[in-house]
Amino acid sequence: MKFVEGIKADVTADIVYMMCPMHLLKLEEMMKTLEAGQVLQIMTDYDGALTDIPEWCEKTGNEFLGVEEAPDFYKFFIRKKGR
Amino acid sequence: MGARYFDYMATNPLRPEVLEAMMPFFKERFGNPLSLYELGQNAKTALEEARSRVAQLVGAKPQEIIFTSSGAEANNFAIRGLASAQAKKGRHIIVSKMEHHSVLNPARALEKEGFAVTYLPVDKHGLVDPGALESAITRETSLVSVIHASPEVGTIEPVRELAAIARKNGVLFHTDAVASAGYLPIDVEALGVDAVSISAHEFYGPKGAGALYLKGGTRILPLIYGGIQENGRRAGTENIPAIAGMGKAAELTRAELPERAGKLTQLRDRLISGVLEKIENVHLTGPAIGQGAEQRLPGHASFCVEFIEGEAMLLMLAAKGIYAASGSACSSKALKASPVLLSMGVSAQLAQGSIVFSLGMENTVEDIEYALGEFPAVVRRLREISPYAGGWGKVKETDQCIPKN
Repeated sequence: MKFVEGIKADVTADIVYMMCPMHLLKLEEMMKTLEAGQVLQIMTDYDGALTDIPEWCEKTGNEFLGVEEAPDFYKFFIRKKGR
Repeated sequence: MGARYFDYMATNPLRPEVLEAMMPFFKERFGNPLSLYELGQNAKTALEEARSRVAQLVGAKPQEIIFTSSGAEANNFAIRGLASAQAKKGRHIIVSKMEHHSVLNPARALEKEGFAVTYLPVDKHGLVDPGALESAITRETSLVSVIHASPEVGTIEPVRELAAIARKNGVLFHTDAVASAGYLPIDVEALGVDAVSISAHEFYGPKGAGALYLKGGTRILPLIYGGIQENGRRAGTENIPAIAGMGKAAELTRAELPERAGKLTQLRDRLISGVLEKIENVHLTGPAIGQGAEQRLPGHASFCVEFIEGEAMLLMLAAKGIYAASGSACSSKALKASPVLLSMGVSAQLAQGSIVFSLGMENTVEDIEYALGEFPAVVRRLREISPYAGGWGKVKETDQCIPKN
């Protein structure tokens, strides 16, 4: 897993306490609202996201920037692919 | 002789327009909103239309409305879901002694799980003192819940003031507006609240639909886990007929609220003055009427009748075609004194004679006059056979009830 610190996101979605598959649905929903090159932050405490979100990025061609650990949840950073 | 219904706090009749709005979803539009084909998307559209209408009723954004199966579920969800989501911040919550059991009991359940709960006292009219809230808040406090208006004694709490105190201290504020949503305007922004519970059947909608308003960005732990319905916050296939009905009822309520409040205030005032005039040793419970700022729900008239027992009074009134209530499941089902009345300083004996008339749009002046004709006779008859007819006997000074005026 790629751990990062201090990445600045353009858009944030807080889905802490929401279970599978909300992390993937929210990810897809939010990415549609971003411009190419913008960064999305997803805050979630769902452990499955650790594998699901990087995989989703690989499948869809978006850039997985990494994950930052907060005391009780994760922050995932994803950059939307260019056109 | 048809019955005259004075129990709108228990439930309301369904408006014909509401039933009409529900019918297609029992029949040809039966789809599941999660299904991708047209039948499903048709249901999804109805769900989101209803969400917008309910949001408008309380001045919220559609995405801030979570549909539930009832007001009780919305209350449980708010208390457990918000307290648990904030548990790392602190494990202390504050509720008032005026709360419905669907707030009190989840608070008690949290107590068993290690949370501390403060139960705010109230004055003789059932009002929570903002000063008491201020001093009850600690660094550990994560949530305050105070009812918007009491279905039992009609008291309208100073929610705006209380919510401001919570906000100033960085504490979430929930209000149970189940009893008030059909009678008082609710604007979540103006009230400054983070969460509000409402229930459709209290404003001429169907049973089986309630909602929790949750301010955008507020974390909550689900009560029901499962699928992705309600944005992952409340699982279970939505009760689309009831939700569509709730949307229609919300729309009607929003449009008709001033007219309803005006009519029901007049009927209420006639009933209250008539009862106090015609019956000896009867006490209005909750705030008095006609004293400046309105502290009493329109359409709500509640009393304690001395020297008789409430159940007998309700049954005899029912035999005369007058449907009223005792105001609390404690007194009507468990024959216990109502905790709300006790917290207001009403004696346990007097609380036995509790009676609530809650009025609605189907009531007429003639209904009120009929009740005013029959009620004194019922009280007279019961007092003739009551073992307490001559008074309560020796009553301790601390058992004094609310004065008549």
